[in-house]
Amino acid sequence: MDQIQPTTDPARPRNPLKSWFDVRGRKVGTWAFALNRLTAIGLTVYLFMHLIVLSTLLGGEEGWNTFLAIARSPLFLVLDVVLLFGVIYHALNGTRVALVGMGFAARNHKTLFWVLSAIGIVLFLVGAYLIFTL
Amino acid sequence: MTEKTVQLKVMRYKQGQSSPTYQTFPVTVNENTTVLVALTDIRRDQDSSLSLRHSCHHASCGTCGMRINGEEQLACVVKVLDLGTDTVVVEPLNNAPLLTDLVVNMEPFYDRFNTAGLPFIRESEFLPDAEVAEGIENYMRCENCIECGLCVSACPIMGSDPEYYGPAALAAVNRVVEEPRGLETESLLDWVDNQKGCWRCHVAYECSEVCPSGVDPGGHIMALRRQLTRRRFSRLLGG
Repeated sequence: MDQIQPTTDPARPRNPLKSWFDVRGRKVGTWAFALNRLTAIGLTVYLFMHLIVLSTLLGGEEGWNTFLAIARSPLFLVLDVVLLFGVIYHALNGTRVALVGMGFAARNHKTLFWVLSAIGIVLFLVGAYLIFTL
Repeated sequence: MTEKTVQLKVMRYKQGQSSPTYQTFPVTVNENTTVLVALTDIRRDQDSSLSLRHSCHHASCGTCGMRINGEEQLACVVKVLDLGTDTVVVEPLNNAPLLTDLVVNMEPFYDRFNTAGLPFIRESEFLPDAEVAEGIENYMRCENCIECGLCVSACPIMGSDPEYYGPAALAAVNRVVEEPRGLETESLLDWVDNQKGCWRCHVAYECSEVCPSGVDPGGHIMALRRQLTRRRFSRLLGG
């Protein structure tokens, strides 16, 4: 079949970030989509930060002690909690998208979202508690 | 009858302008005034250069689709006072080339149907003695879909990928796959089985939220994926 006409609009140049993240007036599916993209970007940034922090271990025992001091600081623990939120949200929403995309609960995607959100909130609260208490 | 003056902040654009601007018009409305009527009042009483597209006034033709306070809706069935805001922002649909003011070029939208050879009217809806207008072979439409373009405007992926087939065309494809009535569906499945087709959707379902006809394009796209997944497994197993 022939190529389709692109929807390019010279008067209004495309703005993907606005399209993905402008959730004003949008419903739960778009909020879930935007948060999924946001957590994806956050997790990618985290991966590089993680490698940079781990590189301090190259400094031997002193490097290890420096790393532990950073890892136990309150700011780092708060970042751990943010990371935990990102991991749980992205994993559970990814599961939802995969299930819906394969045709399971395609017409009940909102219910699936709220059920998985409830599970995610419990996991997040338990995880956050453990991060600050262990 | 309660009357109130509301500000309509309308996007304006004429060919040759570098980018759109906004113009605010005061309009006196009552509880029955729709956004479409308010816009035609502006056109009649304040600025005859305001361009908009409309036809039926009862949500059947799909020509008055626009964004009202940021949400894709048919202007003919949205009452101004129901919006609950003193200023109502009216903009043309997204993800379609802007022609003028509130009018967008629907050609890329229809091109997706034409490229796929869609839509086909249900055979049961043919009237053998019906006369078709000069220059067309058959009446064509996609059943409930009124081809208003609201779904395409609301889709976040259409906003980042100008070559995505989009929810309306994919829903029409699935409608034929679901009920082929003798039509060949393999080539249609081939057409949508790629990264510009149904695998490009990211399951935001905003298309289904804004659809004024209850077509549920998101559900149709997921149904297509199920078909394609089955087909792939079947081929893997030598089917």
